[in-house]
Amino acid sequence: MSEKNELKFSDSLMSFISEWKEKPGNLIMVLHKVQGELGYISREAAERVAELLDVPLAKVWGVVTFYHFFKLTKPGKHNIAVCLGTACYLKGGDKVIEAVEQNIGIGVGQVTSDGKFSLESVRCVGCCGLAPVMTVSGEVFGKVTKDMVPGILSRFE
Amino acid sequence: MSVVHVKINGIPVEVEAGSTVLAAAKAAGVKIPTLCNQEDLKPTASCGLCIVKMEGSPKIQRACASPVQEGASYITDDPELFKARKTVIEMILSTHPAECLTCIRNQNCELQQLAAEFGIREQPFTPRVRRLPKDESSPSIITDPSKCIKCGRCVEVCQDLQGVYALEFIGRGDEVQMVPACGLNLSESPCVKCGQCAAHCPVGAIYERDDTDKVRDAIYDADKIVVANMAPSVRVAIGEGFGLPEGTVTTGKIYTALRQIGFDKVFDTNFAADLTIMEEGNELVHRLTHGGVLPLMTSCCPAWTDYMEKYYPDMIPNFSTAKSPMQMQGAVTKTYWAEKAGIDPSKIVNVAIMPCTAKKFEIGRDSNMSSSGFQDTDISITSRELIRMIKAKGIDFAHLEESDADSPIGEYTGAGTIFGNTGGVMEAAIRTAYFAVTGKELEGVEVDSVRGPEGVRTAVVDVNGLKLKVAIVSGLVNAKQVMEEVRKARAEGAEPPYHFIEVMACKGGCISGGGQPYASNDANRAARTAGLYSDDEHCAKRCSHQNPSIKKIYDEYLGAPLSEKAEELLHTTYQQRPLYK
Repeated sequence: MSEKNELKFSDSLMSFISEWKEKPGNLIMVLHKVQGELGYISREAAERVAELLDVPLAKVWGVVTFYHFFKLTKPGKHNIAVCLGTACYLKGGDKVIEAVEQNIGIGVGQVTSDGKFSLESVRCVGCCGLAPVMTVSGEVFGKVTKDMVPGILSRFE
Repeated sequence: MSVVHVKINGIPVEVEAGSTVLAAAKAAGVKIPTLCNQEDLKPTASCGLCIVKMEGSPKIQRACASPVQEGASYITDDPELFKARKTVIEMILSTHPAECLTCIRNQNCELQQLAAEFGIREQPFTPRVRRLPKDESSPSIITDPSKCIKCGRCVEVCQDLQGVYALEFIGRGDEVQMVPACGLNLSESPCVKCGQCAAHCPVGAIYERDDTDKVRDAIYDADKIVVANMAPSVRVAIGEGFGLPEGTVTTGKIYTALRQIGFDKVFDTNFAADLTIMEEGNELVHRLTHGGVLPLMTSCCPAWTDYMEKYYPDMIPNFSTAKSPMQMQGAVTKTYWAEKAGIDPSKIVNVAIMPCTAKKFEIGRDSNMSSSGFQDTDISITSRELIRMIKAKGIDFAHLEESDADSPIGEYTGAGTIFGNTGGVMEAAIRTAYFAVTGKELEGVEVDSVRGPEGVRTAVVDVNGLKLKVAIVSGLVNAKQVMEEVRKARAEGAEPPYHFIEVMACKGGCISGGGQPYASNDANRAARTAGLYSDDEHCAKRCSHQNPSIKKIYDEYLGAPLSEKAEELLHTTYQQRPLYK
């Protein structure tokens, strides 16, 4: 790596990695844990994982970009997830996304310039009866209409 | 060997147990169409073209990845299979830019070939071509992901054959791309520019940077003296571009073709290969007799050098400081030859014709590559580029008269010519080192123990009682095993496991380099290698130190091997390089 990688993993993350170091399938387990701690997988984090597990960085990045679960950019302070699973989609999840995009001025996969919100689409939150569903910082909102979006977002500062 | 008996379209055939249906069909003389499959690589069964049926089974199998079953009878073609195959090709074409006329792979594209063979005349699927930017960051390789058919050969080559890990499947599904990690481009990645990805790409998604216009511009510039030098392995590959049998030695025809293209002088990199042996062979002898760092490792392959600087920088002290033949040729062209010929070196444009894409990077790798006071090699083109230049010039290559190289930096021995195949540098060095140590010529000259196609070969060669332990590696992934042995011995303070290690990045050596005519398979490698060994046998002199022009350059100009002048012009330095920028 050209510049010294200054990223520090927590002690608990480091002990998790040493516990998993020799086990098959460790890469995904470790990446889950890293994202749990940092909120996303940065290049520096991927490089550190590659070094600690002795896996080429290309392999780490291949896994990170294969699974939608892994985020490549730092999420906003409040992450907005709009469900586009079958039920939510049929009930107008796409309209909800459009309303959110208009309200905060970013597209799916982006973060607002002030770092307050990030937006992603997800496949099923597990409460299809409430379709369409969105979550903000983990809080679930059901039967969302586009008119409700500004009110919901205004609750998060 | 246990054998299995099967039938392919009713033709009985006997194959080794564990063979694939594809291999059995080949043995029966039946060609099954393939696209993702490549002989050097493990089957990935991703394209679905090689589908076959087994009598009595309702399933359709992929021949590339299905082992034959005893007594089975396979059908490789029927209306249903034909339709399915045609659909696969049509679907791939619907996501592929229809730009054949302006594509570098026009007339040697595997997809184009299939479309022709299957008589695709219309496009039943709505075109969905993803336009993506090319990566032109590397001096050697260009990637055009819009043309990628996602077969994954390049990734397999980069990882499994070369151990480089520059390319990986990034993203998934429709959006997958064969690119470096972290959104970086090739020049920021661990890429060593070997070009094996390009050599294995079935389409125009990865290819050599084309520098032929630079060569033409120089040739048409009346102020420039344009000189050529051709690498050993080029002479056994160019003929393939003109329908000659694989491995045909066409040295004299290539000299003539270069003159017809307009080169003012035609030299031969084989001369500098002999010069390399004088320097590297003496470096070996010096290290052996003066307690120098061992094992000595060869440095003529720029992709290996790049790989060492990135993956094994602790081996820098082990690396021969001798430049590659191409760079030695450049240095003596613009000094020794320029002086002798009374030519202002600033007017010389030195063009190297190489089997290699990494050479395009090497010519500008650092200030050591300008030891003449000018860039020693101005342009490096691949065999494929030369073939295009010969064709564009309208030369009837197969029927050309042969001619000789220009003197004095065009004369070579058999030792110089075998630089182009795995084991050749080692053998050439042994021939001369033997003489340097004993003052006697090696009897029989040929060193069979260092010949052969294996990825790693070791041997002990008796040099007048000294048991010279050597290792020969081709295919970069194979370097690991040998490097780890060296590291282990060093860590334990033990005797080094070898005295001398030769590494060539490409499987089989330069004969199968990333810039050679498309034919990455072992039969072709064997044919080209046999061509070089036959060139060696037909040389009047077979040891570098016997080359009269080599004797002359030392007498007239360099003094002796490893002299101050030789060090200044013919040797270089190395530096650790980061894997990623």
